[in-house]
Amino acid sequence: MKVVAPLIAVWAALLALLGLTVGASLMLTGTPSLVVSLGIASAKAALIAWVYMQLRREGGLMRIMALGAAFWLLILLGYLALDYLTR
Amino acid sequence: MTEVSYLEHGHSLKSWLLTTDHKRIAILYFLSITFFFFVGGAAAALIRIDLLTPEADLMSNEGYNRAFTLHGVIMVWFFLIPSIPNTFGNFLVPLMIGARDLAFPRLNLLSWYIYMLGGLFTLAVLVLGGVDTGWTFYTPLSSMFANGNVILAATAIFVVGFSSILTGLNFIVTVHRLRCPGMTWGRLPLFVWSIYATSLILVLATPVLSITLVLIAAERLFGVGVFNPALGGDPLLYQHLFWFYSHPAVYIMVLPALGVISELVTAAARKPVFGYRFVAGSSIAIAIIGFLVWGHHMFVAGQSMYASAVFSFLSLAVAVPSGIKVYNWTATLYKGHIALDPPFLFAMSFIGLFVVGGMTGLILAMLAVDVHVHDTYFVIAHFHYIMVGGTVSAYFGALHYWWPKMMGRWLPLVWGRLSAIFIFLGFNLTFFPQFILGYLGMPRRYHVYPAEFQTLHVLSSAGASVLGLAYLLPFTYLLYSLRHGEKAPPNPWGATGLEWTVPSPPPQHNFHELPTVDGPPYQYPVEPDAERETAHG
Ligand code: HEM
Ligand SMILES: [Cu+2]
Repeated sequence: MKVVAPLIAVWAALLALLGLTVGASLMLTGTPSLVVSLGIASAKAALIAWVYMQLRREGGLMRIMALGAAFWLLILLGYLALDYLTR
Repeated sequence: MTEVSYLEHGHSLKSWLLTTDHKRIAILYFLSITFFFFVGGAAAALIRIDLLTPEADLMSNEGYNRAFTLHGVIMVWFFLIPSIPNTFGNFLVPLMIGARDLAFPRLNLLSWYIYMLGGLFTLAVLVLGGVDTGWTFYTPLSSMFANGNVILAATAIFVVGFSSILTGLNFIVTVHRLRCPGMTWGRLPLFVWSIYATSLILVLATPVLSITLVLIAAERLFGVGVFNPALGGDPLLYQHLFWFYSHPAVYIMVLPALGVISELVTAAARKPVFGYRFVAGSSIAIAIIGFLVWGHHMFVAGQSMYASAVFSFLSLAVAVPSGIKVYNWTATLYKGHIALDPPFLFAMSFIGLFVVGGMTGLILAMLAVDVHVHDTYFVIAHFHYIMVGGTVSAYFGALHYWWPKMMGRWLPLVWGRLSAIFIFLGFNLTFFPQFILGYLGMPRRYHVYPAEFQTLHVLSSAGASVLGLAYLLPFTYLLYSLRHGEKAPPNPWGATGLEWTVPSPPPQHNFHELPTVDGPPYQYPVEPDAERETAHG
């Protein structure tokens, strides 16, 4: 049970966040909606990486590797934005 | 100590198809990659024959489009990307770091099967009539208008991408976890550093390509608006995503070659490599900066001026670590006792051609100049100097250098030297005229052209036939050496590195006892094994 409990808790949290996403999409429009839904999505991804992908049990090297991957995504999105925002 | 070699260990087909030995998997890759090299080469031959005259005489417009697309797809994904990592990387990385195999031997075999599955899809595309979008699959052509087998071709590339990812993962974990005692990061052979850097790119970039191909399929099959402006999409988004993968991918193609050359140059000079740390570090720097330059493919595609200026600057920056390598190889050769063996001749032609390719890359990265030469033969010549002049020369250099180790047979050195020279000459005759053609305004991907371009095109096609024959040559004498070549000693070239401490060919599990390393790499000079003298051609 000790192993399963956090998994179930995270699952519940993910469902709650999903509810929030749906709610926000009904209430907000435009930029605020975008910011909120991206924020919620990041929180979900972080939960999955931390608990389901076991980063909380891993050492420094593995965490740096995972952060590196997130950083790579930032490069992609950042430079994309550089083009789109200055056209 | 009479251990059977990995080649002797089982002769049945099953012992090959179900092997988990990294050395046998390397051979499986070698055979399949060679096959695709010749299929892609056949498409190139059709292209060069058609371009002999200004008219369209060999192929229809549609047929010509299909020929260059197939050429690009096969050469990029089924030859160049797997070439050095999956053959020589597979064979050598465990040997070089003192391990008995890769970290995940069965995953390694799975990578090969996935590669073959992707290859079958590609052959299916070929049999069913091809695809005409170019290897770049630009939208909205690929997603809305092209009438070839776009989905099938995208599937082939999607599938083979998983082979890349798994191979990259395998190398990364192997280098982290399986180094023998004393093999610190500062003692890794430079080839291993370059394979490690390549693997980082394979793992980080390939998924982006896979996702992009899925998006094309979604738009083409279900009308999901991603790239098509009529559906609310953005065509330039496709180019961003594609080049976010494909510029790093050009470094997947050339980084392993840079690693090969570091080994060949030090072995030929019989001196410690000059500036080990910088050569190793520049591989990592190339892998990282290579991710920051993709926008140089979109200077005239409607990208914002600000973004273009940034990408232009970063593209100039990526030349710095490449330059470091070239200078350090030169310094290594300085006052070396150089042996003019085939691997060295291939290395020299690599260095020369890579410099021309790199320098013309800088020319292309200048915003104003690119307006003039974008999408012309200048670009074609640029990347062929790097990918063919560079990587394929390094591939053949590696083949000659490690052949005695892999097969346990000497190769005829005279023939090796001759083919290195013919490949160099044929290559330059094929591609140098294309720089001039492009500068004069010959666009890429056209087979009908103004009559004044014909002389240069004929020169190029003549060069291509020399090059084609020169590529066939090594396969004849290497095959011959398998049966008739003298047996090779463990260290025929007098080289450093753990792979030369085991018998040629290596035993099934590489090392009888795991070695221990107690000094820096490249402690030259080393005396070649005595048998070498008799084998000298
Ligand atoms: C010194 C570093 C390099 C620089 C600054 C550079 C720059 C460029 C630029 C600016 C272009 C776009 C030209 C145009 O379309 O107008 C280009 C195209 C290309 N380069 Fe490079 N390059 C470099 C190295 C390489 C390497 C190492 C490879 C391959 C191993 C390579 C392969 C290609 C390919 C495949 C294309 C064109 C693809 C296409 O449009 O179909 N480049 N390069
Ligand atoms: Cu590029």
